[in-house]
Amino acid sequence: MTATTSSPAAAEGRGRSAGRPAERPGQRRTRHRELRGALLFLSPWIVGFLVFTLWPVLYSGYLSLTDYDVLTDPEFVGLENYERMAQDDDVRLALWNTFYYTVLHVPLLVILSLALALLLNQAGRSAGFFRTAFFLPKMTPPVAVGVLLLLLFNGQGGLVNEVLGWFGIDGPNWTTDPAWVKPGIVLMSLWAIGSSVIILLAALRSVPQELYDSARVDGAGFWQRTLRITLPMISGPIFFIVVVNTIASFQTFTEAYTAFFGSGNTTYSNDAALFYVIYLFRQAFEFLDMGYASALAWLLFVIILLVTLVQLRVSRRFVFYEGEDR
Amino acid sequence: MSVNVGAAGSADATRVESLGLAAVVQETGGLPPQRRPRLTVGRVLVLAALGVATLIFVYPFVWLLSASFKPRGEVFDNKLIPDTFTVENYLNVWQEAPMALWLLNTVIVTVLAAVTVTISSAMVAWGFSYFRFRGREALFGLVLATMMLPGAVTMIPTFLIWNSLGQVGTLTPLWAGNLFGSAFYIFLMRQFFQGLPRDPFEAATLDGANNWTLFWKIALPLTRPAVVVTLLFELQAAWTDLMRPLIYLRDSSTFTIPRGLKSLVDQYGFGGEWHWEIIVTASVITTVPMIIIFFLGQRHFIEGIATTGAKG
Repeated sequence: MTATTSSPAAAEGRGRSAGRPAERPGQRRTRHRELRGALLFLSPWIVGFLVFTLWPVLYSGYLSLTDYDVLTDPEFVGLENYERMAQDDDVRLALWNTFYYTVLHVPLLVILSLALALLLNQAGRSAGFFRTAFFLPKMTPPVAVGVLLLLLFNGQGGLVNEVLGWFGIDGPNWTTDPAWVKPGIVLMSLWAIGSSVIILLAALRSVPQELYDSARVDGAGFWQRTLRITLPMISGPIFFIVVVNTIASFQTFTEAYTAFFGSGNTTYSNDAALFYVIYLFRQAFEFLDMGYASALAWLLFVIILLVTLVQLRVSRRFVFYEGEDR
Repeated sequence: MSVNVGAAGSADATRVESLGLAAVVQETGGLPPQRRPRLTVGRVLVLAALGVATLIFVYPFVWLLSASFKPRGEVFDNKLIPDTFTVENYLNVWQEAPMALWLLNTVIVTVLAAVTVTISSAMVAWGFSYFRFRGREALFGLVLATMMLPGAVTMIPTFLIWNSLGQVGTLTPLWAGNLFGSAFYIFLMRQFFQGLPRDPFEAATLDGANNWTLFWKIALPLTRPAVVVTLLFELQAAWTDLMRPLIYLRDSSTFTIPRGLKSLVDQYGFGGEWHWEIIVTASVITTVPMIIIFFLGQRHFIEGIATTGAKG
């Protein structure tokens, strides 16, 4: 292989254009080889993209304009599904529940994982042990987390209320009282923050030590160093965690579905845990209202997109990237 | 293969470029050389706080495990050591539900999902990092863009595809989509591949190696850490998934273990009188294999997360 292949411009085959020497046969063969190789290796993704992404996106858009129950052909109904959504009290409820959960879950997750990462960063040799312990819950299948939620937060003898009892607090019925269902789910969700802690710890470890050394010489204390150096230096990863977890929390499903909704012949449900994707899932696969569910999916997409864009905009004021002038 | 890959031997996890997140794998692994810390009040407080946190993170496992050895009436007594120790719950679960079959189904799905997604994603990642062609960056941008799409949008048409192929009710839809790679893993592996030097591949080409040999015999072995991380991440994702089994599996004989656990919660919980001991024991059986996998691949999990910033 000749050296020309390592230059993208040469391989892109503009060899014959003005100002460039004509392409030699060998070069053309190389270019051909590169393209053939690329097509061979990219073919799984190309097929997958067309069949499992592009077509589903387009077809989902079409389905959202139809009435479709899988058994009979989709019937075109225009914007009816979207009009129905606007009047559906359950959609409003599901959106409210989902926002409530996100607004509570994401900030708590960030604050707690930051606190734990800062502690771990001070832990010296034993950090590895604690890091492992913190990550363990992340390996628990979400369906089992749903079960743990029912058990630990149980109003009748659950561990959480027993611990609260030690401090003289009479714990609520977390799993049945509509006012306490969502806070309970949020608290349980915080059990699995291990990967955020690991990401932030990695970020903390990559802050240059010189910055701290010179701050110390200037007489800055622990809090000042944390506020003036640490937080700005890891604002990128913090922002990343905020965005990724906001998106994930809009799509929260398994834990709440396991704990608060019966599938199949069972009908148990608790409206306080009706998150958006749970509502969408039930419309699609329990009531076979695929057209309506597709419209719901598009609303979710638009909401996530808007929220992410707002976060990106706001972050410009707070997030500091290395090498950037401020 | 008589290819000299000498210089490339050092291409390991530490070469990974950060994926937008400045996290250096090396630094999350071992500890930086430092003098032995003195035991100050501050350090004692730090360790105490970490100890309390560890208790909160680990105790639910202990609780669950201990409850699974208690008779029904004592599940909620919150005692660490059961008053009455019994293994009857395990025998009962095994009789009440086809646990062995569920485990087998889960193992089949999990292994197929992890192996297929690793090979296909590695292929695509290699296609994006080794070959030069017009529009490469734009196409890779499209790969990344697909990561942003919420699963809910493609969920229903994807179901219709498997339905029209007659695969609903079988295990196929739970893994076969992985034959086409997954954006996140393509992204992850490409980072590794781009750290590889070009020389050994050009030398091998001169020796007459074809594209597939370059990929399979040289590139993939050189990026083993990335392969291991991908395998482990997907093992975990496939093992713990509930939504797809809920959508695609109909008959209890095809259930994966999380789907089976959900059916037990419905049957022995919401269906009538709560049989907590069955649910608790099934939860332990669902969780333990993941814990074993975690301890086997611990370092890779933690490095993979520090590097890629997987959600959570």
